[in-house]
Amino acid sequence: MNIQTASQINGFLAAFVLLTAFGMLAQKRIYSLIHLFTWQGLFLSINTAIVGYVANKHHLYISSILTLSLKVFLLPYILHALIVRLNIRKEVETVVNIPATMLIGIALVIFSYHLTAPVTELSTLITRSTIAVALATVMIGLLMMITRRHAVTQIIGFLAMENGLFFAATSATYGMPLVVELGVALDVLIAAFIFGIFFFHIHTTFDSLDVEQMARLKEEDYTE
Amino acid sequence: MIVAPVDIAAASVMLLLITGLAAVLFRKSPGFLTTVSFYSCALASLMAVTSGIWTVAGNVTGKMVLLSGLPDLPFHLRLDPLSGFFLTVVGLLCFFVSIYSAGYVKAMTGRKPVVKLVVFYCLFIAGMLMVVLADDALFFLISWEAMAAASYFLVMFEDEQIENRRAAFLYLVVAHVGAIAILLSFGVMAGLSAGFDDFSGFTFDAMRQAQFPAKWATIAFLLAFFGFAAKAGVVPLHVWLPEAHPVAPSNVSALMSGVMLKTAIYGIVRVTFDLIGVFPWWWGGLVLALGLISAVMGVLYALMQHDLKRLLAYHSVENIGIILIGIGLSMIFTSFNLPVMAALALIAGLYHTLNHAMFKGLLFMGAGAVLHSTHERNMEEMGGLIHKMPWTAALFLVGCVSISALPPFNGFVSEWLTFQAFLLSPSLPNQVMKLIMPMGAALLALTGALAAACFVKAFGVTFLGHWRGRHQPNVHEVDWHMRTGMILSALTCLCLGIFPTVFIEWTDVLSESLVGAKLSTSATSGGWMWLTPIAPERASYSGFIVFLGVLIVYAVVYAVLHVNPGKIRRGAIWDCGFEKLTSRMQYNATSFSMPIRRIFGFLFHIREETRVSPQAAHSAFPARLIYNLRIKDRFWNWIYKPVADATFRVSRQVGRLQQGRIQAYLIYSFLTIIILLLVKSL
Amino acid sequence: MNGIIVETLQIAILIGIAPAFTGWVRMLKCWMQGRTSAGMFQPYRDLAKLFSKDIVLAHNASWIFRFTPYLCFGTVVLAGGIVPMLSTDLPLALTADVIVLVGLFAIARFFTALSGMDIGTAFGGMGSSREMMVASLAEPAMLMAIFTVSLLCKSTSLSRIAEVIYTAGFVAKPSLAFAFIAFILIALAENGRIPVDNPATHLELTMIHEAMILEYSGRHLALIEWAGMMKLFLFIALSSTLFYPFGIAGTDNPAGVPVAAVALILKLFISGVVLVVIETGLAKMRLFRLTEFLGAAFLMATLGMLSFFILE
Repeated sequence: MNIQTASQINGFLAAFVLLTAFGMLAQKRIYSLIHLFTWQGLFLSINTAIVGYVANKHHLYISSILTLSLKVFLLPYILHALIVRLNIRKEVETVVNIPATMLIGIALVIFSYHLTAPVTELSTLITRSTIAVALATVMIGLLMMITRRHAVTQIIGFLAMENGLFFAATSATYGMPLVVELGVALDVLIAAFIFGIFFFHIHTTFDSLDVEQMARLKEEDYTE
Repeated sequence: MIVAPVDIAAASVMLLLITGLAAVLFRKSPGFLTTVSFYSCALASLMAVTSGIWTVAGNVTGKMVLLSGLPDLPFHLRLDPLSGFFLTVVGLLCFFVSIYSAGYVKAMTGRKPVVKLVVFYCLFIAGMLMVVLADDALFFLISWEAMAAASYFLVMFEDEQIENRRAAFLYLVVAHVGAIAILLSFGVMAGLSAGFDDFSGFTFDAMRQAQFPAKWATIAFLLAFFGFAAKAGVVPLHVWLPEAHPVAPSNVSALMSGVMLKTAIYGIVRVTFDLIGVFPWWWGGLVLALGLISAVMGVLYALMQHDLKRLLAYHSVENIGIILIGIGLSMIFTSFNLPVMAALALIAGLYHTLNHAMFKGLLFMGAGAVLHSTHERNMEEMGGLIHKMPWTAALFLVGCVSISALPPFNGFVSEWLTFQAFLLSPSLPNQVMKLIMPMGAALLALTGALAAACFVKAFGVTFLGHWRGRHQPNVHEVDWHMRTGMILSALTCLCLGIFPTVFIEWTDVLSESLVGAKLSTSATSGGWMWLTPIAPERASYSGFIVFLGVLIVYAVVYAVLHVNPGKIRRGAIWDCGFEKLTSRMQYNATSFSMPIRRIFGFLFHIREETRVSPQAAHSAFPARLIYNLRIKDRFWNWIYKPVADATFRVSRQVGRLQQGRIQAYLIYSFLTIIILLLVKSL
Repeated sequence: MNGIIVETLQIAILIGIAPAFTGWVRMLKCWMQGRTSAGMFQPYRDLAKLFSKDIVLAHNASWIFRFTPYLCFGTVVLAGGIVPMLSTDLPLALTADVIVLVGLFAIARFFTALSGMDIGTAFGGMGSSREMMVASLAEPAMLMAIFTVSLLCKSTSLSRIAEVIYTAGFVAKPSLAFAFIAFILIALAENGRIPVDNPATHLELTMIHEAMILEYSGRHLALIEWAGMMKLFLFIALSSTLFYPFGIAGTDNPAGVPVAAVALILKLFISGVVLVVIETGLAKMRLFRLTEFLGAAFLMATLGMLSFFILE
């Protein structure tokens, strides 16, 4: 595989990551959302492996396998299990105004392109053009957390954000040092577990995972 | 040379003023008055067109200094190619509309004294011609005010109804706020070009030669753009337009929508490209953004209307937006020093200026014809007019096809050129702008598609189907004067659509003098038939062949099928076998736009209410349903109401000064004098 | 001279083969859904029958109603002379670029919508209203997808685009991939296929295109149906030009035309399969869910545009 092809595939995978990010922004069903997240993880892990191969950085293989096992198998499995356990499989979330969210998403892509343009100009890596996409993925993940009401979709937004960060690290500097990456992976895993525990608590307290319910925790609202 | 174009133009203005004055003398015989004075207007307009075409084609610039005006401040007239172009636009539509008016106003003579209409009509055209001829700030503003005042009285012509008076007042207010901004802008430029102590800076020549500091130039531009945008009806300064244009007599609406708005476009082009000359890219960005917003909002508001003339008025907002898109793009390209692209965008904008004048004039004349014979402006009552008014229907259809940007008519060519200008945006050095520009193109595409939907509605509901109202009036086709006016503008629409290269060669001098590049060498490189704005392999279009091709296929298919044609049997409407179809079951304007209203509803302030009459035997079979729909402009509450409220508050405060006692007023004067003396002595 | 022969051949192929393509799609669909098909050549028999029948015209039908079928046929045939199917060496190619092509389809739609309102039935108006709604959302997405390709090729001329993409060979570009997906979605909408509209339905409340042409009969109906078949054919040809012009003959290569013809037929066979798989796999959408469908198309086109600037 020469540099040319690798750069093309890299571009393609970046586009797919962006597409899945937009897909998650628009998807209402929790199940499909997890599928999209799984796909995003898969694209990310393939991308990391390819970048590792081309740049001859062998620790990226480990990151790739880590991503694969964590984001394609383990986390989706945990989320699945949660959904089955909490019996929220069929829940459809009311997402406010999808077209508007999409437009904001597009604006965020343009904005991140604007932000990363100086970095891209200085960089010589073959992956430099995907930095903008990576940053956009982070922002779209955050946007998703803002627009969603359901706790599970919020955690997916959070994980998507982390995907973006990981992607940014790969494209900007061929990945973080392995120690850092391992640490982050562990953090994410633990975060997922903690979220899982919280879900149970929220669910048992409010009988719902709608985070709007948490507004009731405010003192002045407590009138019952 | 014995006669110069500027002489003809001046003579044309004189002829109009004389006609206006003479009209008063003949008020006793209105029939004679309308015929003679509108013919005279037509002649004057034709003179203006002649001088305009001549100026642009020959690239001549004529000047004239009138001795009238204030002492030491003579009026300056100048006819350069830019003025010539707008003189042509104004003159051409005024020519068509004047012929039309001869029939339209004559039909009014029995009902109302028309002398006022004739006088202000002449003054109005003269005002517009003077605006484009003026070469100093003073004369420009006087002409501008004359135009505004004349059009105010024309809007007020049918002043029996309170809504007309309100619309006219709103128009007057916005026109004057705009005029103040323009006055201030000229003040800034005049002051900077020759100092504030002396008046020599008030000529456009002085402004042209001056170099303005960037900050002051920006202030001057923003003021001028605000003033002209108020006149042009750019969103959010558009609210007066759909009020004032529909209530004027239809021939005047045609002129107001068709060409009066164009004087504002003239002002913007004159001030930015000619008087200021050098500008940063964000000016163009501002013009482009407001153009895009106006285009999309204009067409969406138009879709919500069921008053034919209001609908057309909102389309003027849309088309002004499209023109501004071209001009804004041109400004952006100019500021990045890309003259060829700037020329393309500018020509696209100017082309649309002429095109819009033609088809909007045509459409308003058509709406006038419908109003004239049905006495109805509400589309919900109309239908089936194509059988009673075949000429008007066919001509109105030409206008609809042109404004919907469908090939091979003229609206398509200018939008196509604008698209081409958009597609050149990757040459811009700014990375983010490259990304944003195609979104603008998508918005323009949305505008075009929505306009087509809107005109399917306008034409379909007005002319097709059955009459929807309860009592069908006695409808007849309009007379030959009105038909001639419409036929001429329809033909112009077609010619501008299939011979665009002629137009582009003609306007070469404009782009060369304003942005420093010509288009014709590349645009007509494939011959007169093919329009190739940059290069043939990049993009090409031949309206002529599209027109001819469709016609040929049509003829061949028709001929083949009519060698041995099957019989045509007239029968009852099938409608899937449903019976008892009544004319009330047809789709009307409100129901036609319902899907689009639902999708874009969040942009409007919509109140929808369905009431079931209580005495129904069973809730599933109500005896009567009452449906109420009110759609309001959000800008009214967002901008205008707060401003109006604030004005009232301030005036109440100021009102406290009013004491009613003479002594109090004397104290005010006395205090003023004391303070002034004090200030002077310090 | 060559060009004129190719041009004539193209138009002949368009007029002649379009019904067979529609027949192919219908036949495949029958197979997929376990029905017996009427064969690939049934559309020809349908057309022949319609042409031989008399016309029943409503009393109040105006000239627009009778003018529209010919106009639709005319614009589509003209479009067939513009889209390069066999060779990029077309004398008519200069007449119109891809934006004009969209305009040509738009004018046919404009008049079809008008004729839907001409008779004054509720169904006709409903069809027109919905058709114009779908069109006004589909057109920006369509142009956005096309702009992506034309920015890549620095041209809006179809022949030029085909040449550039053909000579570049197979280069995987995310922008083209997105634009292609967007184009497929829009082609479904523009041709009134499932999930936007059902070409086979005669259930009044779900019709869009069919509702507009309910009152047509005889040769008028035949012309409209034929134009519809040609339009579907043209969209396949257009997508082939924009995204996979393999096998097409270049300007200096008249001998390549037979190869191009074979390639075209192959592409048609495959596109038919893809179309049938999509149509069988999906259900028709509710009218107001169409905004999401067309919004997705627009998003795809926009992502294509963005990735053209960002990633390439």
